[in-house]
Amino acid sequence: MAETLSVSIWRGGAEGAFRAYQVPHRASQTVLDVVTWVQRNLEPTLSYRFACRVGMCGSCAMTVNGRPRWTCRSHVSAVAPDLRLEIAPLRNLPVIKDLACDMTGFFEKWQRAEGRFKGGLSRRDPVERILPDAPQRRAADAAIQCINCGVCNAACDVVAWNPDYLGPAALNRAWSLQNDGRDRARVERLRAVATAAGCHACHSQQGCALHCPKHLNPTASIAGLKAASFKAVFKGEL
Amino acid sequence: MAGGPRLYVAQRLSALVLAPLVLVHLALILYAVQDGLSAEEILARTRGSLFWMLFYGLFVLAAALHASIGLRNIVAELTPWRGRSLGLAMHLFGLLLLLLGFRAVAAVTL
Ligand code: SF4
Ligand code: SF4
Ligand code: FES
Repeated sequence: MAETLSVSIWRGGAEGAFRAYQVPHRASQTVLDVVTWVQRNLEPTLSYRFACRVGMCGSCAMTVNGRPRWTCRSHVSAVAPDLRLEIAPLRNLPVIKDLACDMTGFFEKWQRAEGRFKGGLSRRDPVERILPDAPQRRAADAAIQCINCGVCNAACDVVAWNPDYLGPAALNRAWSLQNDGRDRARVERLRAVATAAGCHACHSQQGCALHCPKHLNPTASIAGLKAASFKAVFKGEL
Repeated sequence: MAGGPRLYVAQRLSALVLAPLVLVHLALILYAVQDGLSAEEILARTRGSLFWMLFYGLFVLAAALHASIGLRNIVAELTPWRGRSLGLAMHLFGLLLLLLGFRAVAAVTL
């Protein structure tokens, strides 16, 4: 007989409850497959998000058995060896309904951290040359693969304590831009992130790095920002 | 803005100063206890000593700075109390530490 998963899924908004479902276990089944099966077969009004299903878009993150994960690439056999799954919305964000969170605040923090590229050239200038193995380019590489999934943000206790804290994702993004040789907003960005609700709030405990599905290390990026702000104070830039 | 980059720098630098001072201070306590020095014997060594006055003066300064900034961070993180009034309260707290500390330094070195 095929095995069955005992699944409980959060239903409702901030107020709500877990509901239990029985779902057939299949080979190579992902947590997202389970949620989709429940929606198609048992609970047509279940709300959740996904798009790419291959770990690129960053829209499918949820809390799975207490831990934040990208669900499309989390195999049931790996995350629930005892065939029990508790699936909840991502932590540290307002719940809209069921498994869908409001990401507005999360992306606003990217803006507050000056997380957008500000170049200094126009289209008439020649393209700036960035050497692939320049140290700065390599430092940018370490932080660049972020898919904006919000997993690190959910793993961070400082975000939970201080909702104003910019959080690991936005700060990681800021750090990759600080290392972009073509960017001209280095000091401006440092001013935006070197605050008590910015990089200086981080405890360096690496919950973010432990959970990031892309194996990025926002803690290291934040440490880079801290060091840069330390130097900037003595240069009189901050 | 509470706890900007300057406070961060002050916090780190005061920690840098405190670390060796605390070690010497601990060693001193061990020495005094092991040797069974009496209060008079300790005071005989510290009274009028410019070295110990500067040593513990610096200690008090660094500790007051470090503790008040640290406490401010902890309060801001664990309670909803933030902003100007918290900053003011922590200035007062730092001042209190300075006062108590300097009083103690004066008592053993003057
Ligand atoms: S290392 Fe910093 S950003 Fe990462 S989880 Fe800890 S406090 Fe949050
Ligand atoms: S740093 Fe990692 S966990 Fe955080 S949003 Fe980017 S990909 Fe997701
Ligand atoms: S659905 Fe795109 S990352 Fe999971």
